[in-house]
Amino acid sequence: MAEAHAMMQVSDEVAVQISQMNKWYGQFHVLRDINLTVMKGERIVICGPSGSGKSTLIRCINRLEEHQSGRIVVDGTELTNDLKNIDKVRSEVGMVFQHFNLFPHLTILENCTLAPIWVRKVPKREAEETAMHFLHKVKIPEQANKYPGQLSGGQQQRVAIARSLCMRPRIMLFDEPTSALDPEMIKEVLDTMIQLAEEGMTMLCVTHEMGFAQAVANRVIFMDQGQIVEQNAPKEFFSNPQSDRTKLFLSQILGH
Amino acid sequence: MTEVFVRMQMLQPEPPPARESGLPKWLRENLFSGWLNSSLTVLGLLAVGWILYASLPWWLHSVWHASSLGECRKIIAETWGEGATGACWAVVRERWYQWIFGFYAPALWWRPILAFGLLFAALGPVLFAGQKKALSVILGAVLAYLVVTLWLASAPTVPVLLALALVAGLLVLAQVAPGKLIWVTLLYPFLCFWLLWGGSIWTPIGGLLGFIILVAVTIGLSRVIGPAVSAGIGLVVAVLWWLYLSGPVMGGLQSVLPLGIASVNSDQFGGFLLAITIGVTAIGCSLPMGILLALGRQSDMLIVKTLCVGFIEFIRGVPLITLLFTASLLLQYFLPPGTNFDIILRVIILVTLFAAAYLAEVIRGGLAALPRGQYEAADALGLDYWQAQRLIILPQALKISIPAIVSTFIGLFKDTTLVAFVGLMDPLKGITQIVRADINWKGIYWEPYIYVGAIFFLICFSMARYSMALERRLKTDHR
Ligand SMILES: Nc1ncnc2c1ncn2[C@@H]1O[C@H](COP(=O)(O)OP(=O)(O)OP(=O)(O)O)[C@@H](O)[C@H]1O
Ligand SMILES: [Mg+2]
Repeated sequence: MAEAHAMMQVSDEVAVQISQMNKWYGQFHVLRDINLTVMKGERIVICGPSGSGKSTLIRCINRLEEHQSGRIVVDGTELTNDLKNIDKVRSEVGMVFQHFNLFPHLTILENCTLAPIWVRKVPKREAEETAMHFLHKVKIPEQANKYPGQLSGGQQQRVAIARSLCMRPRIMLFDEPTSALDPEMIKEVLDTMIQLAEEGMTMLCVTHEMGFAQAVANRVIFMDQGQIVEQNAPKEFFSNPQSDRTKLFLSQILGH
Repeated sequence: MTEVFVRMQMLQPEPPPARESGLPKWLRENLFSGWLNSSLTVLGLLAVGWILYASLPWWLHSVWHASSLGECRKIIAETWGEGATGACWAVVRERWYQWIFGFYAPALWWRPILAFGLLFAALGPVLFAGQKKALSVILGAVLAYLVVTLWLASAPTVPVLLALALVAGLLVLAQVAPGKLIWVTLLYPFLCFWLLWGGSIWTPIGGLLGFIILVAVTIGLSRVIGPAVSAGIGLVVAVLWWLYLSGPVMGGLQSVLPLGIASVNSDQFGGFLLAITIGVTAIGCSLPMGILLALGRQSDMLIVKTLCVGFIEFIRGVPLITLLFTASLLLQYFLPPGTNFDIILRVIILVTLFAAAYLAEVIRGGLAALPRGQYEAADALGLDYWQAQRLIILPQALKISIPAIVSTFIGLFKDTTLVAFVGLMDPLKGITQIVRADINWKGIYWEPYIYVGAIFFLICFSMARYSMALERRLKTDHR
């Protein structure tokens, strides 16, 4: 894994720039003064206790949630109320959800070709070739004509990853992609994600898989109460946490 | 001390005891599982037996050939003895056409017959989209139906040949490009209108042109100002065309190139011709309208939402009969004087609005049943609102709602009998009353209702079966 790590270069181009961003749910101040710059090729793991705003933060990056103040610039496009910008950002940012969210009425192949055909206007044949390429990559090409309900959880999550990749995104967001899975399926999904990281994909990943963080992340961010409490390289973060909250959190998740 | 056991001889399989299999087991488990169940079974059997005992003679003594109720009774009394009961189906045999066509002139029956046959050619591509085999079977059946019925109705040769050529052509098209058949569905309403009401062929063409204008304006403008607004503008332009331009322009064309068939007035429509015309049109129009209302009700835009909620709640809060009276009386006050707004058209509009409000609620239930993740995944992939609705949300929401949607349709179709209250001749009340007013059939009671009820049952039952088949075909979730 160490060699792989060396291969994963971080460029000096900015992929995502979040500055002084705040978000409220009604009266509830869920994200407070978030400042975060993500470079192209960076792999960032976000962790923190339940309810700390991790999901909300990455969902703001593709505007599944709206922020009320501050700026979010994704790949040079600022997220405002302008629908054109939002659509542009969404088509360049892939997202993988905890509960897969595959479309149950479409086959695996159709799940993967839908967005390229309708959003990118790719011809059907070409979209299918791309889809098969990525289904090969996540190692389930033989399932292409089945429906999501016929697949195991791990397989569904890999399809979800392939579906996002078919849009050829520049940035991938993962929201606890393995926490709805049985232990034996977690590995197959993590392997897919590691492979993706090795190919230089910019990734923001909410996860509690600390092994994954140590293997591929070049930065770990710890959030609590809607704030970024600590960020550091994974080695430092785990061996030498600075804040008391981080220490408490790490002792809880690594403790047993 | 440990108990040691070794089997020296293996057991041979034996049949289960008689009590445990076959009919006795089924009877015991389903009908006689306890004293309550057993006594209910006995009571039920007694009730069925009594009903059969009371009504069987009536069915068995049916008379088919007679020219009046009196003659029927005489035949029954002569054959089965004084005081015997019996059904007098002779009334159906003699007057069946009136329940089917109302007062539509017999020489023109071929037109509704042809329209009815083509209805299935038009429904096929919607009901069995992409299923080549089912489409071929339907079109073949339509062809056979047309050959037989048009011959029976002694239709004029030219239209028969044209119609048969058309269906045969569609049959070929179904083999080559079944997807193209949807055009038949889109053009059918105009052809059907023309066949049923007759008159100048330019009238339905004018109607069709309005829709072409609507689509052209919508597509043309949607690049510039977004699909919703341009659809609104397209609608306004189309309505202006229909109201002010279509009449004079098409009238002019008619005077230059007069083409047409004998026109039939709305007051000659009746029976199932009327019920099916109203029912099918209202079903076809209410579904898209219901979908739009359901989406509008969920919209973030306050005005759209308020309008939709207001409309739905108003329509659901008012009895259909009230709306029908409105159709027959009030609309005339609102419309500019001199406009002659056809009564059937008015009724169709109100029945459509009525069904659309119910459908909107049914579809809203389907929308609410979808997990939020489906919307989020569609958004995250960059699909815009209409794409997400059309490709992801509606297919699933409608699938969930199929049973309720079809229930609404069945209810709507049966509600078409309520048009009797505004003086239209529905099959149940309107036509039956007319038949019973005949001196020959005065006093007949059960037979017409059973006849009409049987046809209604046939149609509604087919709809129900189709919906179940559709549910099975669309079942992909495997959960
Ligand atoms: N739609 C909403 N309306 C109101 N409050 C919300 C909404 N969504 C989330 N919250 C609240 O915002 C806070 C942050 O939620 P979020 O889902 O981002 O947490 P999280 O860090 O992802 O937690 P978990 O690890 O449990 O997924 C929580 O307190 C949650 O209750
Ligand atoms: Mg979360």
